[in-house]
Amino acid sequence: MLAGVLHQIMSGLATGGIYASVALALVMIYQSTHHVNFAQGEMATFSTYVALMFINAGFSYWEALVMAVVLSFIVGVAIERVLMRPLANAPVLASVGVFIGLLLVVNAMSGWFFDYTIKQFPSPFPDHPMLGGYLSGHELGSTGVTLLVLLSVYLFFRHTRLGLAMRAAAHNATSSRLVGIRVGWMLALGWGLAAAIGAVAGCMVAPIVFLDPNMMGGILLYAFAGALLGGIDSPLGSVLGGFAVGVIENLGGAYLVGTELKLTMALVIIVGVLLIKPTGLMGRRVYSRV
Amino acid sequence: MRTFWITALLVLLGTIWPLAGFSNYHLFQLTLVVVYAIAILGQALLTGFNGQISLGHGAFYAIGAYTTAILMSTWNVPYWATLPISAVVCAIVGFLVGLPALRLEGLYLALTTFALAVAVPQVLKYKLFEDWTGGVQGLVIDKPEAPFGLPLSPDQWLYLFTVGIAVVLYIIAWNIVRGRVGRAMMAIRDHAMAAEAMGINLPMVKTSTFALSAMYTGLAGSLGAIAVQFVAPDSFGVFVSIFLFVGLVVGGVASIGGTLIGAAFIEFVPNLSDLVSKAAPGAVYGVILIAVMFLMPAGAGGFLYSMGRKLSRSRSAQTDTSEQAEETAAVSHDPMSGMMSMPASAAFVERPVTSESTGQND
Amino acid sequence: MTNLLEAKGLHAAYGETRVLHGIDFAIRQGGVTALLGANGAGKTTTLRAICGLIRTRGEMTLDGKRIDGMATEDIVRLGVAHVPEGRGTFMELTVEENMRLGAYTRPAREATDDFEHMFDYFPRLKERYKQQAGTLSGGEQQMLAIVRALLLRPRLLLLDEPSFGLAPLIVQEIFRILGRIKEDAGVSILLVEQNAAIALEFAEDAYVLETGRIVMAGSSADISKDEGIRRSYLGY
Repeated sequence: MLAGVLHQIMSGLATGGIYASVALALVMIYQSTHHVNFAQGEMATFSTYVALMFINAGFSYWEALVMAVVLSFIVGVAIERVLMRPLANAPVLASVGVFIGLLLVVNAMSGWFFDYTIKQFPSPFPDHPMLGGYLSGHELGSTGVTLLVLLSVYLFFRHTRLGLAMRAAAHNATSSRLVGIRVGWMLALGWGLAAAIGAVAGCMVAPIVFLDPNMMGGILLYAFAGALLGGIDSPLGSVLGGFAVGVIENLGGAYLVGTELKLTMALVIIVGVLLIKPTGLMGRRVYSRV
Repeated sequence: MRTFWITALLVLLGTIWPLAGFSNYHLFQLTLVVVYAIAILGQALLTGFNGQISLGHGAFYAIGAYTTAILMSTWNVPYWATLPISAVVCAIVGFLVGLPALRLEGLYLALTTFALAVAVPQVLKYKLFEDWTGGVQGLVIDKPEAPFGLPLSPDQWLYLFTVGIAVVLYIIAWNIVRGRVGRAMMAIRDHAMAAEAMGINLPMVKTSTFALSAMYTGLAGSLGAIAVQFVAPDSFGVFVSIFLFVGLVVGGVASIGGTLIGAAFIEFVPNLSDLVSKAAPGAVYGVILIAVMFLMPAGAGGFLYSMGRKLSRSRSAQTDTSEQAEETAAVSHDPMSGMMSMPASAAFVERPVTSESTGQND
Repeated sequence: MTNLLEAKGLHAAYGETRVLHGIDFAIRQGGVTALLGANGAGKTTTLRAICGLIRTRGEMTLDGKRIDGMATEDIVRLGVAHVPEGRGTFMELTVEENMRLGAYTRPAREATDDFEHMFDYFPRLKERYKQQAGTLSGGEQQMLAIVRALLLRPRLLLLDEPSFGLAPLIVQEIFRILGRIKEDAGVSILLVEQNAAIALEFAEDAYVLETGRIVMAGSSADISKDEGIRRSYLGY
């Protein structure tokens, strides 16, 4: 029993890492623009297809991953510059509409270019169990990669000039411009980073769930739940929230509601957090519409 | 009054004409257009007129469809008798969803309802409900025959039946929107605090609107289930909700007539673009959704309406009383008074700095 | 003495609401100019207009170069530092990070040398160096805002009500240090103040604004002598 629980927790942390990445991507965009990118999951899926394309073209997994990440970054920047900038002053409904539109377009592009059949995605990690059988090689490897990504993002924001400027732009746009920061570009970089993080998450999860155009739909939901649980304006909170949701999902699925209702658990977490503690566990401010 | 009779005549002619010339399949498609129109009307009442953004109306559509299907297949309830039951069930569910929604503003409500939409198929598949819902397999129901020995094919009868229900629902919605309740709904949408200060019972109006909206969309689900003769979890995925949202936006979020345009759009665009590629409908929907948001945020309905108004204004410079009556009705159509044009500084009082500054810099 | 900044026929508006109706003014190189007037006269708007934070019409030149219509970031990079109303502190960031942001447009090493210099003026900030800016007292935040602006090495410093909400003793201290800074750095200052007495004492030139128009311009000494202006616009 205890070993079972431990196993569920470990593998919950492994999937939680994926949720944490996507949640972080969502929060990065939310913090600076107060938009929730409903297309974040579809964008990650598309990036994963691009990576698979490179792998099929003969590149190694890691080469393909790096290329997909770089391309996603560029596309993310481009989307912000073209689609999102005019939305800066738009009402909520307009921005939601554009994001849903983006979701539909990216989803259709995945299907159009790469076909709707479910595809197998290779894992760069050994497939035998590790850590005394608690985790598969891929789970352990992908958790490692996820932690590495999260750590580098943290170091980037904490210890580089550009990272500091991006944080400043997210907190206070006017003051940022008054010290000479090009806020528009900081937002675009944020989009690029979010897209890049999503690409890594997609490539890490694809070997487990297989690749199809709707691969990230459920994952986006868990990421929402994680972001809200940790606090949608707190990057660190969203990461912890993502891990927590992974564990809750796994334990709940195994011992409480069964695997068939896992998505509903995400919904319950979302509603619960929003009703009981809208700022999340680590969020600070509440924004209410007047 | 004259306008009313002209509209009535047009509706009647528009209804009967397809009966004569259309094949059963085309009638079936038209029936679905009417069904979607009702569903979108339900969402318009909530999102367009009351300003509560829902991305999960497919959930209510699914509940309506399943209520009818379960009643028909398990208890042999006649199809017409399932409608009032379905209406009550959906209104109650809508009210219950509307309660937490009171505390979720704007984006958060959109996010939560989106989550609801994603979770729907899972709940429908859940094994505890399998005896009723038929699990993954879903339920098959019989197509109703025309009653009283009327010389109509089942498709023709179902089409007439659906249109009949739709007419009633549209008249009710029209009256609600133009009446006191409608003004309260819109006042809350445009400025919640001011509306409350004016003595409008905000929680009451918002939850009732949610119930009404869910009832409309749920009834559409019931009619849709009868028309399609089949319900299954995977036909109620997140895309139903998204398509309803697309139809709503294309028709114009706060336009009653626009719901028909939106419904025709979501029924026929996939049929046309499917010929190109399986991916095309989604792409077309997405591109058009983005384009509408940028180019004509009042949607096609609002666009046509304001064009019409411009034309009629240039024709007669003097304003008579009927023009003035239309002026008040225009509140419901005019995008300028609606949420679409609300400046961000008013919508997000807490962050005028960010919104204003990101707009200017390069 | 030449003028650092000149504005001719400057109009500004927030959406439909027009706030400035074609004002002319100049700031002398190395001088302190005060902008006075009642609430809503358009003082803050004038500062925002100089920085390109709102839409304007009319001509503005900095050292002979047109700056009207330029993006805020570019105006800032020409050496215009603005301590805005409400101080514009990055509350969530530390004092250190706020200071680094102040020097954002300059090479990092050069700026760090300046930090010590700033601590000479405001030793209290050194004690608070690693602290979150939001936890500072009002006076300390004002000091931080000034430091942040100075780290840009500005040619023109725009100060929006540095005395706002502060105890008189602290206001005195801040103006004393501002005086030192003016001597050391040779920076020109445009000072907006409700507290006309302090401002006129500190500045050499002054303008009095009323509902978006300049009603008086001259040397501070002349303006403080003018009984009528003092009574009707400056309230002391």
